[in-house]
Amino acid sequence: MAMKFEKKGDGTYLLDVCGYVCPHPQIYAKKSLEKMSEGDIVEIILDNPSSVETIAQMCDQVGHDVMDKKTEGGKIYLKIKKG
Amino acid sequence: METTTAVDTGQRKNQIWAFIVTGIMILISFAYYKVNVYYMYLIAYIWFGFAYGMMLQYGRFCFASASRDLFAAGVPRMAVGILVALTFFSLIQATLASTNMSTFHPAPFGIHTLISGLIFGVGMVLAGGCASGSLYKIGEGNGTSFLAAFFGLCIGQAVFVDVTWFNFLVPQKWVDAAVVNAAARNIPVEKMTSSFDTYLAGYVWNQPTLQLSHTKAISEALPGAAKYFIGDSLLNALIPAALLLIVIYAFYSRKGFMKKRAKAKGGATGFGDEIAGIWNMITASKRTTIMGVIIGIVAGLHIFVMKGMQIKFGVANFGELLTRMGHAADTSIKGTVFDPGYWYITSQEGQLGGWILDKLGWNMRDNIFFGVNNGLPDPWRNPALWMSLGIVFGAMVMARLSNEFKFKLPKGELIVWGLMGGILMGVGSRPALGCNIGAFFIRVAGGDPSGWLYGTGMVGGAFIGVKFFNWWSERKMAKEMEAF
Repeated sequence: MAMKFEKKGDGTYLLDVCGYVCPHPQIYAKKSLEKMSEGDIVEIILDNPSSVETIAQMCDQVGHDVMDKKTEGGKIYLKIKKG
Repeated sequence: METTTAVDTGQRKNQIWAFIVTGIMILISFAYYKVNVYYMYLIAYIWFGFAYGMMLQYGRFCFASASRDLFAAGVPRMAVGILVALTFFSLIQATLASTNMSTFHPAPFGIHTLISGLIFGVGMVLAGGCASGSLYKIGEGNGTSFLAAFFGLCIGQAVFVDVTWFNFLVPQKWVDAAVVNAAARNIPVEKMTSSFDTYLAGYVWNQPTLQLSHTKAISEALPGAAKYFIGDSLLNALIPAALLLIVIYAFYSRKGFMKKRAKAKGGATGFGDEIAGIWNMITASKRTTIMGVIIGIVAGLHIFVMKGMQIKFGVANFGELLTRMGHAADTSIKGTVFDPGYWYITSQEGQLGGWILDKLGWNMRDNIFFGVNNGLPDPWRNPALWMSLGIVFGAMVMARLSNEFKFKLPKGELIVWGLMGGILMGVGSRPALGCNIGAFFIRVAGGDPSGWLYGTGMVGGAFIGVKFFNWWSERKMAKEMEAF
């Protein structure tokens, strides 16, 4: 098991933290957003429901935009634009 | 269309599982009742555990998350939820205490409480959940939490209370005091063999207990019920909780909120905006805050029901009922088993670990923890253990209903973190005689300041754990970014 943080294109990133439990998904989400520039977009894939609440509130406080959230096959997909 | 059908099938499967688990719990309860009406006592624990499990899962209620997410992500959601729960629980505790319906008892107060909390705090961050959080996460199918709970809270804790490995840490004056204290309590020497026994009998038993309503100053100044509401609830829980909310707001929420507020108003902000900011922080995660309120109320109701059971059956401990039913071998030499009378987590898991090791041939009854105080009942007759199982199954039902259940086997580094964290939690919950629930939540709400001491230790431990994980994840991120 390993986390993946990839640059998918110009200003778009993918963070895959499936298999990880608290606090890893939220720590990696925070760190990946810190590495990005304003306006960049990251898609985060995770399967730890508890982390989603924390990531959503972190985005709200800091000013990032959670553009999309969906659940499929036990995995949660978040699309976040750095604000 | 195919995707929709697959989703529907998955949801239906989850709902069926939720009904199956609930049905099994109902059947188990009926079976116990049929065997003996005294098992009503145990059934009460099952269903309060079940309710806790559902609420913890729904509210993502984890004490590890409270301080960890503050330090790691600047998110106050869980800290707020816990303080809200504490507020409601303390008011109900005061009501119960004033009507002589409380089962609460304060714990010995000393530096050991802080140290114990510190160890527990590091452990809960590494394990990814506190003692109660790990149980609800097992219900979600989380294998790392299972490792932490089984090898740390169950086996680790049982080993810790029975070994002599830590004798080098025990000063001679504790050894001497332990002999005197044990003799005064008629404890046979063969029941006092471990390092933990010497610590318990030689040090902890000599520490004072403190409950604000019982202090001379407060009980004289406030006779009657007021001492519980003002001493235990207002002074020990409500005011500190309110101050903490303000501090958390100032450090973690205020800046972002006021920035948005100033932008929206197009000008200066005032005191009213600060109040709005605090309210916004409290209501930011409605599911957590609402569950905080309900958990606080249910935890109070739990005390009321257990006290009612004790009055109904004329006992002070379930061990007496076990003895009446012919299971005296389950109990300690005092005829007791672990029966807190309220929400508690770790001791019963230690009993499960102790029972397993005992069955494997390790004498687990030659210590104070099992042999003198808590007994070693068969797991199916262990009331508090049923509460823990109730938490697991209640959380499982809620996770199934929310389509959030997923088996996740622990892999790679998570095995290491789960084991290390679990063992630290197991060890960290013993010296203070409790965990995030028993040593912090219950004590603070009951008017015992040692709860705050344990909580301070937990927060300090969480800070250390977060520092470690920050360093660890930074290394991994840097490696990933080499390819950019």
